Amino acid sequence: MDFIFIAQQSFSAALGVNTIIFALAAIGLNMHFGYTGLLNFGQAGFLAVGAYSVATLVVSFNFPLWAALLAGILNSVILALLLGLPTLRLRADYLAIVTIAAAEIIRQIARSATFNKYLGGSDGITGKFGKDFFALNPFKSGLNTPFLRYNGNDLWVVVTGWALVIVVLFVMWLLVRSPWGRVLKSIREDEEAVRSLGKNVYLYKMQSLIIGGIVGSFAGFVYALSRQSVQPDNYGTALTFFAYTVLILGGAARVFAPIAGSIIFWFLLVFIEQMLRQAVSAGYIPEWLIGVNQVGQIRFMLVGLGLMMLMIFRPQGIFGDRKELALDARA
Amino acid sequence: MPAPSQNTSRRDIALAALAGITPTPGVSKPDPIIVADHVVRKFGGLTAVNVSHLEIQRGAITALIGPNGAGKTTFFNLLTGFDQVNEGSWSFNGVKISGTPPHKVARMGMVRTFQLTKALYRLTVIDNMRLAATKQKGESILRAALPFLWNAQEKAATARSEELLTRFKLIDKRDDFAAALSGGQRKLLEMARALMVEPELVMLDEPMAGVNPALKQSLLGHIKDLREDGMTVLFVEHDMDMVRDISDWVIVMAQGVIVAEGPPNIVMRDKAVIDAYLGAHHDSTLEQDRG
Repeated sequence: MDFIFIAQQSFSAALGVNTIIFALAAIGLNMHFGYTGLLNFGQAGFLAVGAYSVATLVVSFNFPLWAALLAGILNSVILALLLGLPTLRLRADYLAIVTIAAAEIIRQIARSATFNKYLGGSDGITGKFGKDFFALNPFKSGLNTPFLRYNGNDLWVVVTGWALVIVVLFVMWLLVRSPWGRVLKSIREDEEAVRSLGKNVYLYKMQSLIIGGIVGSFAGFVYALSRQSVQPDNYGTALTFFAYTVLILGGAARVFAPIAGSIIFWFLLVFIEQMLRQAVSAGYIPEWLIGVNQVGQIRFMLVGLGLMMLMIFRPQGIFGDRKELALDARA
Repeated sequence: MPAPSQNTSRRDIALAALAGITPTPGVSKPDPIIVADHVVRKFGGLTAVNVSHLEIQRGAITALIGPNGAGKTTFFNLLTGFDQVNEGSWSFNGVKISGTPPHKVARMGMVRTFQLTKALYRLTVIDNMRLAATKQKGESILRAALPFLWNAQEKAATARSEELLTRFKLIDKRDDFAAALSGGQRKLLEMARALMVEPELVMLDEPMAGVNPALKQSLLGHIKDLREDGMTVLFVEHDMDMVRDISDWVIVMAQGVIVAEGPPNIVMRDKAVIDAYLGAHHDSTLEQDRG
C-alpha cells in the first residue's frame, strides 16, 4: 500500500476546493441555524444561485466576471427576501419546508428544457467563464509535495478560496460578538422575549437570512469557478445536508466550526476511500467482500458510522460546549 | 411627575390620587397612563375579552385579578401587541397604540414579562441584561462589525446591567448561563431585564408563580420599589395576600368582562367578585339535599 499517496490525497482534500465550498456553505448555515435558529434546509439553493449567476451571465450574456459575481450576490439577496418575506413571521418549521422546496424548485428550473438555451438543461453549463479569474493565476506550475498536490488552476482556487474563507470568517466573528449578534442569539432562544424588549425580530431574522445566503452564494462561486462548469444535480438536497453535517461536526454556533468540520469531513472521506481502494487492490480485502466499484459508496457508510459515533460520544461537535448543549433541554 | 418629598412616598401620592374614586367598573382616573375602549377579542365562538372601558392610574400599582380563564393574560397580550383584537382601541400616554407591533410598544416605554418566564437560556445572565438596553448602535448591522462605534455604549450598558443585577441580588450569577438559575431567580432576572428598557409602565404576568416564600418577600419589595422609582405597575396575580399587600388598586375580570374595580379592601368584599370566584349561588342552600 502506498501510504505516501494516501497521505497526499487525504491532506490535499482536507485543504482542497471541496473543503472550501463546504466550509463557506456551512458558515452561511451557521449564521442561519447556529446563531439565529433559522432552519434553512435550502442552502443548496443559495449555492445554485451563486454558481448559475456566474456561469449563465458570463457564457450567455457576456457579462464580465466581476459583474457576474456582483449579480450573483444580488440574486442571493433576492432569494433570501423571497424565502423570508412570507415565512419569517411564521413558526420556524415553515421556513424549513419552504427552503427545502425552494432549493428543489431552483434545481428543477435549472435542468428544465424550457431554459435550455440559457441554463443548459440537465447537462448544465460548461465553458471558459472563469478565464478572467484564471488569467490572474500566478501559480502556473502547481504544487507537488509529499503531503499536498494541486495542479496550477486548483492551487489558485485553493489560495484565493482560503483567503475568501478567512475574510468571511473574520467578518462573521466581528458580527456575532457584537450587540447585533447578541440579538440573533436571543432570537434563537426565545423570539417573544426579544420582541418584548423592543427589538424588531423580523428585521433581524431577515438580515441573518440574507447574510448567510450571500455566504452560501460565495460557496457557489467557488464551486462553479473551480470546475469551470455547473451541473444542476450538484445542487440537490444532499449538498445542504452535507453542509449541515459539516456544521454540526464542528459544533453549531462556534465561529471556527464550519472550517474544522469541513476539513475533517473531507479528510475522512478521501482517507477512507483511498485506504479501501488500496486495500482492495492489494488483496487485503477480498474482492467478494468489497469490490473496487463499491468503495465510493462504502466510504459514505463508514463516514456515516463515524458521525454517529461522534454524535453519541461528543454531541456538541468538536468546538461545542457540552454544558451549553445540555441547557437546550429547557430545564 | 412630582418628586416625592421626604415624608410622602409615591405610595401615599398614588393612594391620595385614587382616594375619592367611586369603585365601579370603568370608572375614570385623575391621571390615566392607559385608556382602553371596547376591547374585544374572540377565539371562535368564545369571547375571551370584552372590556368596555378601562383606565390605569399612573404611578400606582394596579392588580388585575380574576379566576382562571377570565381573560387576564389575553388582555395583557392585546395591550402589548402580542395578540390582535377583533375590535376596540387603547392609548398609552394619550397616544393610540392599538395595532402597534410589540417591539414598538416596548420602545414606547411599556414593557411586559411573561407568565412562563422567558429567560434566554444559552445566554449568560449579563448578556440577558445587556440585550435589553435601548437604542444600541451596535445592534445595527451596518455598525455591528465596527466595535469602536459602540464600545463606549456597551460599557455603559454593562455598568447599568451590573447595577441592576446587584440590586436584584443576581450579581454572583453574572457569567452563568440563564438556564442555570432557579425558577425564582429567572423571575428576578426577567424583571431586572425589563427595567433595562427604562419603562414607564411595567406589566408583570404572574410574577409570583412558582416562587418560594423567601424570594416572594424580596420580589414584593422590588415591585414596590418600581413605584417609588416613578414607574407604573400593572400585574396579573392569583396570590391574594400579595394583591392585598402591594396593590393600590385592583381590577377584577371574570369571563372577559371587568366585574369590579377599587381599592383592595373594598374589592375583596364586593359581591360580584365573590360570585366570580365562588359562583353566584355558593351560599344558598341546596334544597334537594335536605330531603
